[in-house]
Amino acid sequence: MTFEPGARVRVLPSEKPGHVRTPAYLKGKVGWVESLIGEFPNPEELAYGHSGLPERPLYKVGFRQTDLWQDYIGPAEDFLYADIYEHWLEPERGTT
Amino acid sequence: MSDHHSHEEPVGITSPYAARIRAIEALLLEKGILTEPEVQDSISYMEARSPANGAKLVARAWVDPDFKALLLSDGKAAASELGMAPEHPAELIVVENTPEVHNLIVCTLCSCYPRAILGRPPDWYKSFEYRSRAVKEPRAVIREFGFEPPEGGEVIVHDSTADVRYMVLPMRPTDTEDLSEEELAELVTRDSLVGVNVPRAPSRTGHG
Repeated sequence: MTFEPGARVRVLPSEKPGHVRTPAYLKGKVGWVESLIGEFPNPEELAYGHSGLPERPLYKVGFRQTDLWQDYIGPAEDFLYADIYEHWLEPERGTT
Repeated sequence: MSDHHSHEEPVGITSPYAARIRAIEALLLEKGILTEPEVQDSISYMEARSPANGAKLVARAWVDPDFKALLLSDGKAAASELGMAPEHPAELIVVENTPEVHNLIVCTLCSCYPRAILGRPPDWYKSFEYRSRAVKEPRAVIREFGFEPPEGGEVIVHDSTADVRYMVLPMRPTDTEDLSEEELAELVTRDSLVGVNVPRAPSRTGHG
């Protein structure tokens, strides 16, 4: 699964234990792929002394703040970027 | 204090964390995983880096549009051009503040920070309070540091969750047309490179 810039994505609500680089507050949230940053060894494997290979694509993903926090104080245009590995993303096909 | 530590221990500080780090360091040396010169090199590496590096990058970008373009497209290349050696596996992305957009950097998972350029992060950057509030109420956090994000503008938070380190390119303060690059660099604070504030205003000496 490769994502193009602009693709709507949902962060998997996985409860995978251990060293993961996906913050809890983004799990299950819908955003968009801003860009592909590059490919890096998987930190979830690196942390335990493995090679982390094959490298995994890492995306810059954007989220509207008002989609993350119900009581967000600020304009609807405020947003947040986080860097999310491809294996934590699934396509979001729901309507906006 | 034992005499085989050639780097200085802060006087009067005996926190359990410091004791634990000393014990781990001693074990790593004893088992031959690290050598004392490697530990010293690592300390020197970190102490050679400071927010002054970020200030130099910003001041050059303010006076040189080509350098600014490079800084925004390839942060490591720009740092290398000014003689900094940002050798670190993580990418460096520099994000630009404009009248419409104010950027704020945080690492909610730990304390990722562009150490290869700026050195160690400030303690507040690593605090639970900053890490949890910066993503949820960034405007309130910025206001508490002393800057009011402009009405009608966007605040964009960058959570450094993975293999990228972020630095803000703040806006050049007004009334700085006559300042040299070195004088401009002195206006650039560490806080402005994280986005919790903006650079200092120039001192008005000599102007009514």
